[in-house]
Amino acid sequence: MTADRGLLRDVALVCLAGGVVGVSFGAIAVAGGLPVWVPVVMSLVVYAGSAQFSAVGILLAGGGPFAAAATGLLLNTRTAAYSLAVADIIGRRRATRLIGAHLVTDETVAFALAQPDPRRRRAAFWISGVGLFVSWNLCVLGGALAGSALGDTGTYGLDAAFPAVLAALVLPALRGDAGVRRAALAGAAVALAVTSVVPAGVPVLLALAGLLVARRPA
Amino acid sequence: MTPTVAAVLVLAVGTYAFRLVGPLLHGRVELPARVQELLSTAAVVLLVALLATGALTQAHGFAGWARPLGVLVGGVLAWRRAPFVMVVLGAAAVTALLRAAGMA
Repeated sequence: MTADRGLLRDVALVCLAGGVVGVSFGAIAVAGGLPVWVPVVMSLVVYAGSAQFSAVGILLAGGGPFAAAATGLLLNTRTAAYSLAVADIIGRRRATRLIGAHLVTDETVAFALAQPDPRRRRAAFWISGVGLFVSWNLCVLGGALAGSALGDTGTYGLDAAFPAVLAALVLPALRGDAGVRRAALAGAAVALAVTSVVPAGVPVLLALAGLLVARRPA
Repeated sequence: MTPTVAAVLVLAVGTYAFRLVGPLLHGRVELPARVQELLSTAAVVLLVALLATGALTQAHGFAGWARPLGVLVGGVLAWRRAPFVMVVLGAAAVTALLRAAGMA
């Protein structure tokens, strides 16, 4: 039971951290000029933090709906790889698989794969999945409703929160693999270099050129 | 249908399709390790590019110093394996304080 209590504590912490990000997502979207329903509905049906932030960021920057959807989708291609990794953890029944698929995120996959046996992997996936889905959506709603009341979110430094979240999420991957590190740095350099001359959303796509230098000498 | 509704719908349907790949293919197809590795590297490259442009740029120009300095503090906290909440709140707090002190 100790391990399970530890799991609940860790899930609660990530729900809390995600909640802060969710509030800032809702607040940024509404403070930027989008109607309340956009961040709220997007969180329910897209349910992918980084893709939501980038899509809203592009919409607010005037990059257009096509670039917003395309960039979000590109960011979410990784969930296809995740879903392959946790397919047998989610469960076998049809309804279970259809619902579980929607809960596949960086966090649920990390929680599930960190468990030592199949029973606990399954429990971790569903506990973190349901907990994160509920807390994320409630917090986005709260942030969206407070959005205009919060005034200029810049005052609270919320615009610095998302890049910091990304840093926390990608650091383990960067720490462990020199090839990934090279590709990521090259990609970021490309993205920054072209930012002033191409439409919003495109710099991040062009960063994929960094993959060319990812391959390590065999 | 407004363009914003279309963007949300396309993103939602596409994302759900990605997430269904595993559960639908389970037991039928096995992705080569090389492809899986490339997919996860691509995800990291995308996220770091998003991090860099998000931290440094606003619209098509420089975002000002307050945001990147806040992100830097968050990054250092993450590097030192501080809890997620501290990373998020630390970055926001530093940026907020710098702006309160008059930095753009």
